[in-house]
Amino acid sequence: MRYFISNVIKIIPVLFLISLIVFILVRVTGDPVALMLPETATDQEREELREALGLNDPLYIQYFNYMKDVLRGDFGDSLRYNQPALGIVLERLPASFTLALSSMAVAVLLSVPAGIYSAIKRNTFSDLIITGASVLGKAMPNFWVGIMLILLFSVNLGIFPVSGSGTLAHLVLPSITLGTGIAAEMTRLIRSSMLEVLNSEYIRTARSKGLHEAFVINKHALRNALIPVVTIMALQTSTLIGGTLITETVFSWPGMGQLLVQAVNLRDMAVVQAATFIIAILVILSNLTADLVYRYLDPRIKYED
Amino acid sequence: MTTALKKPSRKVLMEVRGLKKHFEIKKGTFKKEIVEVKAVDGVDFEIYEGETLGIVGESGCGKSTTGEMLLGLLKPTEGTVKFMGKDLTKLNKKELREIRKDIQVIFQDPYSSLNPRMTVEQIIGEPLQLHTSMSKQEIREEVIRLMKVVGLNEEQLKRYPHEFSGGQRQRIGIARALALKPKLIICDEPVSALDVSIQAQILNLLKKLQKEFNLTLVFIAHGLPAVRHISDRIAVMYLGKIVEIAERDELFANPKHPYTEALLSSIPVDHPRLRRKREPLKGDLPNPANPPGGCPFHTRCPYAQEICKTSAPELKDYHEGHLAACHFPIE
Ligand SMILES: Nc1ncnc2c1ncn2[C@@H]1O[C@H](COP(=O)(O)OP(=O)(O)OP(=O)(O)O)[C@@H](O)[C@H]1O
Ligand code: SF4
Ligand SMILES: [Mg+2]
Repeated sequence: MRYFISNVIKIIPVLFLISLIVFILVRVTGDPVALMLPETATDQEREELREALGLNDPLYIQYFNYMKDVLRGDFGDSLRYNQPALGIVLERLPASFTLALSSMAVAVLLSVPAGIYSAIKRNTFSDLIITGASVLGKAMPNFWVGIMLILLFSVNLGIFPVSGSGTLAHLVLPSITLGTGIAAEMTRLIRSSMLEVLNSEYIRTARSKGLHEAFVINKHALRNALIPVVTIMALQTSTLIGGTLITETVFSWPGMGQLLVQAVNLRDMAVVQAATFIIAILVILSNLTADLVYRYLDPRIKYED
Repeated sequence: MTTALKKPSRKVLMEVRGLKKHFEIKKGTFKKEIVEVKAVDGVDFEIYEGETLGIVGESGCGKSTTGEMLLGLLKPTEGTVKFMGKDLTKLNKKELREIRKDIQVIFQDPYSSLNPRMTVEQIIGEPLQLHTSMSKQEIREEVIRLMKVVGLNEEQLKRYPHEFSGGQRQRIGIARALALKPKLIICDEPVSALDVSIQAQILNLLKKLQKEFNLTLVFIAHGLPAVRHISDRIAVMYLGKIVEIAERDELFANPKHPYTEALLSSIPVDHPRLRRKREPLKGDLPNPANPPGGCPFHTRCPYAQEICKTSAPELKDYHEGHLAACHFPIE
């Protein structure tokens, strides 16, 4: 518990830093006034808007005001929706969560058996096939996989809808698109984690007890090899979130990723800031959870405090 | 050491004949080139019931590989390992698992040889659960008894390996090896990873247990000093072969092989009068993947002659079980 609290405290400076980076990025990537006003606006009108938005204040005052709002959860109103940005972002969260979870499920279902199998059968033909497939899976960009899946399953075979949301069938192709890339990376990591365990001395000890090989693998090797998988999964969170941006856009999945891409295109800065913040918090939380679970699973870590 | 050293009973427990293990390793940029490492290259010896046989030799000479074949954990390329009449190399997987009851092992590294996610109770109790029909309660009582035998206490039953020191962990390893009441225990450098002060404790424990349980031990180590106090007989290995084997005192007093002599001369002696003429080994250990022809020791031997480069000497008995493989044994 003490560990948990100390880590939560450590998050604060990180969030602070993120806020600073977002603040600076928004200010260097273009003039919001130019976007907010029609092209025909006069200089006078522009100046008035600048004044109203506080853009003429010195930067540190701007940052101070910005932080004051952020701390109250106020990222400003979306230009496009004319509503508080945070609310719009949070509204999209469940859809993204659904996609992320089902993609992770696809990734785990593919990578755990594949990684373990290829470690046990190392240097055989099956190992070669699995390793080759995971290299390929990593090399294929998400948007390309998505488009290929749409062409094959939606356009040609008509099994799954092309895009959109609403039914379980809508979820299948985006989950596979996002899941395979992560599965590829995870397969590689699980394979090496399992190999390391299989070569360890205590596996020799287990064999020397006269245990059945299947039992050695299930009870002694697997449990130890799967501990790092928790960390591996957590490390994929950022890949996962990055992947939702593209996948959601390709499949018109109404999640936060799609919203963020649209907001960037429209220079809807309030939404960009709110979404970036939420993403940062999610990544931090997932790392923290992974750490806690890892400690719970590995007695070596649990007792050292 | 008394002069009336009791001879170990001469009943052969294990007989090793022509044992070989060759590993193929792939080399080169595209792993095309296959190199054969003759880790163990034809060894013959027997292990007598109740004795401790020391096996010494430099790193990579094939001691552990030999040990694993004696355990039946590694399939030899050639040769036989007869244990109480059964040839281990001919057993199927199920029979090999059964033989674990009789032949056990203590590994070198007490840190990595215990599963980090199992408690002491599980580590020691698992073989019992597997090979006996004891109830849970009986197993627990037996584990506690074993822990006491090796000098651990009952309170440590539920602890994990990382909560113990190296010496204590090796005690756990010993208790685990003892659990099934084996006849033979292969100790592969069981103390070399421990602090010097702890080494003696573990060696004494092994000696005590040997008497108490009438165990036969194979004790693998790098150097002669490490096996001196525990061994009845000692085999000296060099590049996958046994170059000399003899009763301990005989070996120390009258080494026949120049390699043994070199190993002995590198041991520091307290008394100046007993100090031998120092003849440290010259040169490096040849690559086991490419051992020299003829006598494998000829590249480093001070007595080497022409014949040594071409013809490999056979292991010959010079004096009541004192065998050496050398064309020009030391008188
Ligand atoms: N699985 C393996 N694959 C390929 N080569 C191996 C394998 N195991 C051992 N060897 C090689 O066989 C030789 C003998 O190894 P072994 O472990 O038996 O030596 P050792 O005498 O126990 O050495 P040490 O004192 O370092 O433990 C070494 O050259 C080693 O590199
Ligand atoms: S056979 Fe020759 S080279 Fe080999 S140990 Fe004897 S004297 Fe030395
Ligand atoms: Mg070894």
